[in-house]
Parts: sequence; C-alpha cells; structure tokens
Amino acid sequence: MAQRTATRPPEEAAPSRDGLLRGAGSRVLGLWLLVALVVLTCALSIAVGTRSIGLGTVWQALVDGSTPGDETVIVRELRVPRTLLGLLAGLSLGISGALMQGHTRNPLGDPGLLGVTAGASLAVVLSIWLLGLGSPSGYVWFAFLGAFLGSVAVYLIGSSGRGGATPVSLALAGSALSYLIYALVQAITIRETEALDSFRFWVVGALAGRDSDVAVQVAPFVVVGLVLALVNAPALNLLGLGEDVARGLGQRIWLARAVGLLSVTLLTGAATAACGPIAFVGLVVPHVARTITGPDHRWLIPYSGLLGVVFLLLADVFGRVVARPGELQVGIVLAVVGTPFFIALVRRRKLVSL
Amino acid sequence: MAPTRAPAPGPRPRRTVRIGGLSTTYRRRQLVVPVLVLVVLVLAAALSLGRGDYPIGVVDVLRALVGLGDDTQRFIVLELRAPRVAVAVLVGIALGVSGALIQTFARNPLASPDVLGVTGGASIGAVAVIVLGGASATGVLGGLGLPAAALAGGLLMALLVFGLAWNKGIDGYRLVLVGIGLSAMAQAVVSYLLTRSDIQDAAAANVWITGSLNGRGWDQALPLAVALVVLLPASVALSRVLGVLQFGDETARGLGVRVPLAQAVTVVVAVALAAFAVSAAGPIQFVALVVPQIAVRLAGGSRPPLLASGLLGALLVVGSDLVARTVLPATFPVGVVTAVIGAPYLLWLLVRGRRLTTL
Repeated sequence: MAQRTATRPPEEAAPSRDGLLRGAGSRVLGLWLLVALVVLTCALSIAVGTRSIGLGTVWQALVDGSTPGDETVIVRELRVPRTLLGLLAGLSLGISGALMQGHTRNPLGDPGLLGVTAGASLAVVLSIWLLGLGSPSGYVWFAFLGAFLGSVAVYLIGSSGRGGATPVSLALAGSALSYLIYALVQAITIRETEALDSFRFWVVGALAGRDSDVAVQVAPFVVVGLVLALVNAPALNLLGLGEDVARGLGQRIWLARAVGLLSVTLLTGAATAACGPIAFVGLVVPHVARTITGPDHRWLIPYSGLLGVVFLLLADVFGRVVARPGELQVGIVLAVVGTPFFIALVRRRKLVSL
Repeated sequence: MAPTRAPAPGPRPRRTVRIGGLSTTYRRRQLVVPVLVLVVLVLAAALSLGRGDYPIGVVDVLRALVGLGDDTQRFIVLELRAPRVAVAVLVGIALGVSGALIQTFARNPLASPDVLGVTGGASIGAVAVIVLGGASATGVLGGLGLPAAALAGGLLMALLVFGLAWNKGIDGYRLVLVGIGLSAMAQAVVSYLLTRSDIQDAAAANVWITGSLNGRGWDQALPLAVALVVLLPASVALSRVLGVLQFGDETARGLGVRVPLAQAVTVVVAVALAAFAVSAAGPIQFVALVVPQIAVRLAGGSRPPLLASGLLGALLVVGSDLVARTVLPATFPVGVVTAVIGAPYLLWLLVRGRRLTTL
C-alpha cells in the first residue's frame, strides 16, 4: 500500500521539471547576461532603421545633444522614445503573460487571446468616437478600464462552465468575447469614418507613430505592475500546487488572485494603451523563459520581462528592415512569428501540462 | 392483479417512407419544422421585397412573384429587389448547411467556418483587392477580382487550418484552437492592410469584412446558385456518412466508412459552401455558428439537420437584412445585426458550458 504514493507518474509531481539553469548562482548570472542582451538590443533598435546610424554617432548624439545634424534629431526625437516604449511594452507583456499563464495554469495565456486587448480596443474606439480623443495619451485611461473589464469578463465566463477555468474554456471565452467586442467595434467604425481613421493605426500595434510622451505617461503604471508581479511570485508558486494545498499552507487565495489581476491589468493596460494590441509576446516569452528557469515564478517573472523586451525590440527592428523604405508594424511581425508557436503549443499532446 | 403499466417514455417512433427500392426513416418533427420555417421564410422575404422607397404590400409582392399584378410592381419586385433577397437566401442556405456539416464533423458546437479560417482568409483576399487593387479605383479588378480573391483566400486558409490541426485524425478542440490562432494572425494582416490604404478604401473594406448585402444582385447570386447546385447534394450524401461518424471513429471504421476520406470530403464541401457565401456577401458573422444549434433544438435529433439548418440560415439572413434596412440607420450592414444576435448566443453557450464536448 505504501507503494502507491511512490508510483505517481513524474509529470504529475508539481512543480514539474527544472529549467536549463539550476541553482541561484547560475540564474543570477543568466539574469545579468539577459540585461546585457537587453542593452545590446536597445542599441540595435536605436541604430538600425530606414536610415542606419553608426553606434559611434548614436553614442555621440545621446551624450552630446548639441551636435547639429539629422542623426542627432533622429536618434533623440524618434529612435530613443520608440526604444523606450518598446522597453516598457516588452517588460509589461512578457510579465503579464507569465502571470496569466501562472494564474490560469493555461499554457495558452496571452493578453491578446484572453480578451484583454479586445476590451481595451473597445474602450479606445469608444473614447475616439464619443470624446474625440485622437492620441494615445488621451485614451490611456480608457484602455486601462477596458483591459480590466475584459480580463475580468473572460475569467468569469471561462470559469463559469462545468469544470471551472480550464485552458480550453478560457481560450474559448477569450475568443468568444473578442468576437462580440470586435463586432461592436465594427458597428462603431462603420458609421464613424473618422474614428476608423484613428483606430486603424492604433489597432495594428506599433511602436512608431506614438507620441513621445506616451512612454513617460505609462511608465509609472508599468513600475507598479512590475512590483506587484514580483510580490505575487511566491504566492503564485504556492497556487501552482493547487488551491487546496495553497490554502492549507496559509495562502489567502483571493488576495493572491486580486494582486495578480491588478498587476496584469496595469501591465497590459499600459502596453496596450501605448502601443495598441500586441499579441503573442505574452504567449511566447514565458514559455521560453520557463525552459531556462523552470517553473519558479520568482525567477520566471524577471526573465519573462527581460526576454519580452528583447523579443519585442528585435521584432520591431526586423519590421523596419524587412519592408524598406516603409516598415512593418511590430504587431504584424509578432502575429506572423507567434502564430506558428501557438499552433505548436496546441498540437502538443498534453495541453494542460504547465 | 397486474398493475397497468404506462408506456415507457422514449423517442417517438420513426416513420418509414419507401420510393421504389429506396427507403429512409424520419421523425415527423424533422419534416414539420422545415415546412414551418419555409413558410416564415417566404413571408419574411415577401416583407423584405415590399420594403423600400416604394412600399408594396405583402399580398401584392406575392402576386408579383407569380406574375400577377401591375407592371410597376412586377418591375420593382422582380427586377430591383428580388436579386438582393435571392443573394440573402442563398448565402443563408450556404452558411447554415456549412455550419451544420462542420459542427457535426467536429462534434463541437463552437466550430464554424469562421473558426476554420474561412472568414479570416477571405477577408485577407478581399481587403487586399480593395486596398491594393482598388475597388473604387479600377473597376475591373473591383468587380471581378474581389469575390474570386475572397473565395481563394477562404479556401486556402481553411486548408491551412485543417492541415495544421491534422494529427493522425482530427480532434474537434485542436481544430478550433488552431483556427483561433490563425484567425488572430489573419486579423493582424487585415489590420495591416487597412493601414496601407486611403481612408475611403479602408471604409469600404471595413464594410465588406462585416458582411453586407448592399449593392448585391444577380452577379453575386448566380455563381452562388451554381455552387449550391453542386454542393448541396454532396452535403446530403455526406450527412449519412456523418451520422455514422457520430458514433466515433472506431465504430465508423467497423461499419466500413473510410474515416479520413469522409472527414476530408466533409471539410472540403463545408468550407467551399462557406467560402462561396463569403465571396458573395462578405463574412456575415455568426450565422453558420448559431443556426445549426437552433435547428437541432427545433427539429430534434442527435445532430444539426441539414434541411432545417439551410432554411433557418436563409431566414436569419433575410430577417437580419430586413432589420438592417428598416430599423437601423441606413449605414449599418446586415453583419452588424447577425453579430448582435450571434455573439451573446456564443457567450451563453460558453457560460452554460455543458454540451461543449458533445453535440
């Protein structure tokens, strides 16, 4: 009889397998390497574009703004704000994806797929239409509100069926709610051509063409969301053992869930308000991070954030290079890159194995 | 003394009909419901034919349809208004039958041509033509190229979804999830194309991707009618095979059905139906999703009945177009109405969540 507990199949044991990096030392080292990679990507993002600028000139333009010339203007006025925005959005989306996947135990967790960005989209189009707001700095608050309502609605719908919030039911609820919301968006933009004109440039998801002060505006929300995410990490590890076990270990479930939801809303809302809906970063990045760090959220969350920055900025640079002299918005690049990844996940045998 | 027993409650007995060597069984409800739906459909169509700048009563419309009444009324009804209603009816039939086939096949009430990627692919094709070819700019490309591009896009995307979801057979949920993923990508591509166009083209494309019957006529009705002549008999033949597939792949194989072939042919027919419908009127949303489920509740049976689904689809599209034209402000296309009806239903389906895995 005693054998019975010993013969549990290994994949049931939670938290499951380790990542590539074991031990705190190598993980800290990995984190520093990742920070270096982020700095490198930022430099790349500032240097590469329709007009490539040497790194020396970039450095000069950054340090000494008084040097006259087009390069200085491009670097300071266009490339730096754009890179900053990518930095904030990448952090936000990577981390909120990790939180969503952790809280819902759903490998398909992504703000775009779970209806959060759809909620933000509707709020934005409403604010453009009803209040005549034409710029991201104007509709940032509405995007927050919409993101919050969207995430709550998807979670409620997805968990209200029999069997609770399963990966499949959440993905379906997200998709169904998105259908409904985009139908409403459609109804508005069909009648209001002016709203369509603003909305269509927001909805693709891009780092370019946003106001330069947007990054500054959303930064506080990203910082608060980041702190909350890190605070939430130990609780998330306990929740991974199952709600009953977590409760038995003295975890206040509702508090952990509320902190997680607040953090996801702040991060996704900030990123979506600033850049428009960018799908698939939140989906792909945590999976990559998890293979490096394993399932411990205290490591997973910072790794996801930094990897999100690298992923988003590289996609943005790629979009600038591939379609010269024009450019492909980062949301499009990510959708095309992220879809094969999503399909590979879906085709995996065990959907629920997080 | 033996107690008198009430007859055990169970399914109504099936009736048998024989024509020569052919015989089939049916339940009365499965015949009565389509007939009733057909009557309502005719009335709705007559109402729709009568509404417009020159209102004509239902009775006069019916008289005009059979060649009676005065010339003016006949002209208005037959020449001006009938083409649009004909497109609505044909699109509704195609979407309803397509939805019924796909839901039966995937054993999942959430499956629909939209989820299989037909909508996304067709939208890419059509919007590309509008934006890059310029429906307003070059008339030839706009008039000839758009339906063809939508058809090709829808078929290709559905092929892609089906191919990627195939893994030694088809699992309903995998199919739906792969479809969701590729639809997200298609939406991104459409959004991108919209940013590349000038605002007039973007507005036109925006109306198209909602699904609209504005300006549709015999040019759209005829290809669709030809497609239905080929595809509907194929659907009926397939529905018998699908009936066997309901019992699971193993049983079907035991009964001599070549399961992969049957599945592939079903998907091809269902997708082709939807793609032709979409190329005629744009992706009128939720019809293919909602109609089979209403049909199965009305007509009974273990799976969506094709006849009732087709007729109900036609009724939904004709009725929604009537509402769009008469109740709503003039700029709303029919797709807005079907979305308003269909989307809450989809959510309700999820909230209720019970009959998700089986039909």
